[in-house]
Amino acid sequence: MSVDTSEVRRIAHLSRLAMNDDQARDFAGGLSDIFAFVEQLDGAPIEGVEPMAHPLDAEQRLRPDAVTEPDRRETYQAIAPAVEGGLYLVPRVIE
Amino acid sequence: MEWETVIGLEIHAQLNTVSKIFSGAPTAYGAEPNRQACPVDLGMPGVLPVLNQGAVERAVMLGLAINAEITPRSVFARKNYFYPDLPKGYQISQFELPIVGLGHLDIELEDGTIKRVGVTRAHLEEDAGKSLHEGFEAMTGIDLNRAGTPLIEIVSEPELRSAKEAVAYMKKMHSLVRYLDICDGNMQEGSFRCDANVSIRPKGQTEFGTRAELKNLNSFRFVERAINFEVERQIDLIEGGGSVVQETRLYDPDRDETRSMRSKEEANDYRYFPDPDLLPLVVDSAFIDAVREKLPELPDAKRERFAEQYGLSDYDAGVLTAVREMGDFYEVVAAGCDAPKLAANWVMGEFSAAMNRSEVELADAPVNAEGLAGLLARIQDDTISGKIAKEVFEAMWNGEGDADAVIEAKGLKQITDTSAIDTIIDDVMANNPQQLEQYRGGKDKLFGFFVGQVMKATQGKANPAQVNERLKAKLDG
Repeated sequence: MSVDTSEVRRIAHLSRLAMNDDQARDFAGGLSDIFAFVEQLDGAPIEGVEPMAHPLDAEQRLRPDAVTEPDRRETYQAIAPAVEGGLYLVPRVIE
Repeated sequence: MEWETVIGLEIHAQLNTVSKIFSGAPTAYGAEPNRQACPVDLGMPGVLPVLNQGAVERAVMLGLAINAEITPRSVFARKNYFYPDLPKGYQISQFELPIVGLGHLDIELEDGTIKRVGVTRAHLEEDAGKSLHEGFEAMTGIDLNRAGTPLIEIVSEPELRSAKEAVAYMKKMHSLVRYLDICDGNMQEGSFRCDANVSIRPKGQTEFGTRAELKNLNSFRFVERAINFEVERQIDLIEGGGSVVQETRLYDPDRDETRSMRSKEEANDYRYFPDPDLLPLVVDSAFIDAVREKLPELPDAKRERFAEQYGLSDYDAGVLTAVREMGDFYEVVAAGCDAPKLAANWVMGEFSAAMNRSEVELADAPVNAEGLAGLLARIQDDTISGKIAKEVFEAMWNGEGDADAVIEAKGLKQITDTSAIDTIIDDVMANNPQQLEQYRGGKDKLFGFFVGQVMKATQGKANPAQVNERLKAKLDG
């Protein structure tokens, strides 16, 4: 499977990444190489093997429903670029 | 051409755990912005989600209540999209293997028939934060208190055929989650909300038409209105030679119309993949059995029992069991006064009317179940008539004490002493010689006049049955 520049641009847009034409060409080449590498797995014999969602043969552990996190808003907001009235501020997004 | 409407609903119900689905931050509504957002909710680097057992139990409870299969190994997936109120850049949800599989819910249609609606699946996921666009210069404010609140998304089959059916289904699901006590059902606060997939097709056609997804339906009324608007829009579009585009549309209650949300169209590629931070969720039969133990009596079963045990009509049983608390309230009243039908009439009549007038919820009503039972017991033992009981009830509602105290204080005890009633009847007859003559001359209708005069003379306190009996004897004698 190879990736062309238009596919790279679509993925970049979904990921909110800006890139110029040279970069799009570079990524198309690089990503195509990565896919080709991974495609070797298509040759693996997987008949009768269950697909797995996680490489570890383990189950999710559950925690009891209890509040364990204290309010430390001031600490967390100390590293935010902009806050006001307890809200994190980001460049305006309009629906 | 005759068109058929096809609707599928996606209901999002916030699960009422005290902590979030993947973190130990609290979920209480109405806190100051970001006071309940910890590093996991903020999407800080290096943090890991740990699944809340309470959320899993609630999801299983719902699954059991809709007779669905509980998936023994379900998987969490990342749903990727960029929005500032989703700081990780993905929502943890379930995709290929949801915790609850195919189930069903029976709804009652307007003509009384029961329709079984398939529930495709229900999956666990986290809620996003809130964006506040007003009040900042070129900025948007982000509150992440809601981020990470557990949600169960309940997806119906596209089997609903009208806005009314959709509302009936949504109401039934609303009643169910509250019975199960897994969601507070508060629609104003967004605890229970719904998206509707709506399409139309020529009647008789089996393929589905292109659907539009309606968002922002946060009341039963809006669901009905938005669907009706959308169906009309699609019919006009197709009959005018156009075609429906698959898109997300936002319902605007102020204008009563749906509008395209163009910004969402292109981003509809969520690139789901299993979340490597979470292991498969295994729910074994011991877990399911433990949850089954906690299941309360469900609305349909309770309705059937009410009809049978208390001799109520199917309709009355339905009204009294729609809300769990109301059913419990009724049972206390019925047992307390030992008159189930009288209790049903009062709970659905005077009592509900008083709640509406005062705009209070059942839990805050100034008269409790024992209080109402005490009043109805006084009707049962002939201390007061049904009419006087309404007066006593009003006084109780206004905080003037229990039934016996009010009856005593206002001197409302029914007159059942035959000689006292006879004396009053004699007075009434003596004071109305003309009517007496007419009555005895054959004008039977005047009997009602005499009853009225006696009741008036006793301020309604005479026992009506006794008055009738004694009056008849005296007038005819």
